[in-house]
Amino acid sequence: MLKDQDRIFQNLYNDLGSDVASSKKRGDWVNTKELTEKGREWIISEIKESQLRGRGGAGFPTGLKWSFAPKEVGSRPHYLVVNGDESEPGTCKDRDILRFEPHKLIEGCLIASYAIQANVCYIYIRGEYFIDGQKLQAAINEAYEKNLIGKNAAGTGWDLDIYIHYGAGAYICGEETALLESIEGKKGQPRLKPPFPALIGLYGCPTIINNVETIAVVPTILRRGGKWFASLGREKNTGTKIFCISGNVNTPCNVEEEMNIPLKELIEVHAGGVIGGWDNLQAVIPGGSSMPLIPKEKCETLTMDFDSLAAEKSGLGTAGVVVINKDQDIIKCMARIARFYKHESCGQCTPCREGSGWMWRMLERMAKGEASKDEVDMLSDVTKQIEGHTICAFGEGSSWPVQGLLRHFKDEIKKRNKFDPIVKENKNIPYLVDQHLLDKNA
Amino acid sequence: MSLKRPAKNQPDKFEFNSSSLAAANEIVSRYPKGKQQSAVMALLYIAQRQNNNWIPLVAMKYIAKFLDMPYIKVYEVATFYSMYNLSPVGKYFIQVCTTTPCMIRGANKLVEACKEKISENESELTSEKNCSWMEVECLGACVNAPMMQINDDYFEDLDKEKTLKILDKILKGESPKPGSYRGRTNNEPENNRKTLLEIKNA
Repeated sequence: MLKDQDRIFQNLYNDLGSDVASSKKRGDWVNTKELTEKGREWIISEIKESQLRGRGGAGFPTGLKWSFAPKEVGSRPHYLVVNGDESEPGTCKDRDILRFEPHKLIEGCLIASYAIQANVCYIYIRGEYFIDGQKLQAAINEAYEKNLIGKNAAGTGWDLDIYIHYGAGAYICGEETALLESIEGKKGQPRLKPPFPALIGLYGCPTIINNVETIAVVPTILRRGGKWFASLGREKNTGTKIFCISGNVNTPCNVEEEMNIPLKELIEVHAGGVIGGWDNLQAVIPGGSSMPLIPKEKCETLTMDFDSLAAEKSGLGTAGVVVINKDQDIIKCMARIARFYKHESCGQCTPCREGSGWMWRMLERMAKGEASKDEVDMLSDVTKQIEGHTICAFGEGSSWPVQGLLRHFKDEIKKRNKFDPIVKENKNIPYLVDQHLLDKNA
Repeated sequence: MSLKRPAKNQPDKFEFNSSSLAAANEIVSRYPKGKQQSAVMALLYIAQRQNNNWIPLVAMKYIAKFLDMPYIKVYEVATFYSMYNLSPVGKYFIQVCTTTPCMIRGANKLVEACKEKISENESELTSEKNCSWMEVECLGACVNAPMMQINDDYFEDLDKEKTLKILDKILKGESPKPGSYRGRTNNEPENNRKTLLEIKNA
C-alpha cells in the first residue's frame, strides 16, 4: 500500500478543511514563486520527466501536450481550460478535488497557465456539481483576496484570471472540443481534429485542455520532483491516481493509490471485498463505463495501469472501478450502459446516433431472451460499424463495453437467446445490392 | 440528446429582475469582448432560477436580445442540454440516478418510492404542483450509490425507506438534510478506512 506521505490529496476525505490557511499547512502555495522562477522550460521538462499522463481517460502525456502550445504569444491569446465535466458512470474523483482540495487545483491552474503563457483559465464543471462548484468559487474568491491569483498572482509576476463555466448535463461536453463549443455558447458537438486545440481551440486561439486531477497534481510534482513521481508505479504508468470503487462491494469509496496496484488489493483492502465474497464476483469494469469489462478469472492477477489494462483489451480510463457480482444480470447491466450512451449521443454523426440506440434495443431484447441466434453476430457487426467511424471517441466509448460483453459473455447471451433467425438464408437478400459482401469465405 | 418539448401554457412576458440582471452582467464580463454568446448557458440558468425552475420561450427570446445573438441559437442550447427544464417541474425537482453503478445497488427501489409518493409517471407534477421526479443518467456520485438529486442537493447512500422519508418531508414543504443517509463522512470507506489515519485521528 502507498505510504501516507506519498499521497498527494491529503484532504481527500476532508479531515482538515479546504480553506487557504489549512491548504498552506499541507504545502500548497508555499513556494509558488520559486517554482515559476525556474522557468517554463524547467516546468515542462520536469512534468515530462515525471511521465504524468492525463487523468481524464485518454492518458495522453501531459508534458508533451503542454509543449505543443506556441512558444511565443502572437496576436491571439492563449487559454487554459480545465475539464471538470466528470460524467463517466463509475467516476466521482474530480468532485472530491473541487470541494476538498480546491487550492491544489487553483495553484495548478496558475503554474500550468504560466507554463503555456495563458492569462485566462476556464474551469468547466458539470452543472449537477453546482454545490461543489460554489465551494470552488469560494476558494477562488479567497485566492483573489490573498493575491494568489489576479494581477501578479502569488508574486510570480504573471496575471491570471480563473472563471468557472457550468455545463448543463451533457456527457459529451467531457470531450475536449465539445467542451470548447460549449464554452463558446453552442451545442456541445465535437469538432474535427486536426486542427488540434493546442493551435486552434477556444475562440480560435491556442488552448490547452487538461483534466482536474491532472492539473491538481502538478504543484506537488514540481515540489517533490519529477523523479519522485516517476518512482511510483512503473515505467510510463507513473505516480498516484484516485480510484473510485463502486458497485457490489462492502465499502464503496474513493482512494488515492499507486498506479499499477493489483485490482484485487484495491477491492479487498480498500473497498472491503465483494458482497458475497470474492467467489461471488462476476466481472469488473475497470475504468468507467466506456471501458470493456474484465471477467473474474482475469481479476485475480490484474494490475491497474494504462498499459496492463490495454493488454487485456480494456483500459484504465478514469479509474472508476465498477464491481459487478453474480447476483446481477450482466446483460441487463450492459443494456443500461448502452441506454446511457443512447441518451448522451450528441447526434452529430449518424453511426453513433443511430447505432447507440440500435445496440441498446438489441441488448434489452437479449436480456429478456427475445433475440434470435444470429443477432449476436449482428450486434458485434453494429459495434464495429460505429467504432472508428465518428468524429470523436464517443463511438469507441459506446461500442467498447458491448464488445467487452460479447468477448467474455457470449455463451451467456447465446444460452438465453435461442430463437431461429427470421431470415434463414443468408445469400440473396433481395434488397442488398452488394451480394458479394455476404460471402463468408471472402 | 434529450427529447423535450416546450410547455403548452407559456407566459407572455419575461424580464430579468434586478438581482438576475446584476448576475447576468457579471457573467458576460467574464468572457472576451464580442464573445458574449459564451454567457448563454449561465443566463439560461439564471432565467430558470428566477422562473420557478423552468424556462419559458419568452425568456429565451429575451436572452437572445440580451446577448445580441439569434433566437434559434438560444433555443438550440436550451433544447440540447438536459438540465434546462422547458416545462414546469415544481418547486422541488427530484432526479433519480439509475445508471449501472446505481442500478446494481438498487436504484429501482428509489424509483418505486417516487412512484408511490409523487406520481406514477416521470415529469408529472403532483396534485399540489410542488414537485415532480424523473430518472436521469449518471450524476457522478457513484461511490455513494444509490442516490438522487433534489434541486441542487445530493442525497446519498439511500434505500427505499429513507427515500420515502425524504419525500414525505418534501411533500410537507420541509427541507431535508442533504448528504449521506448512512452517516458516513464524504467518500471514505465506511468503517474500513486504511489510509490517512494519522490525519483523521489528529
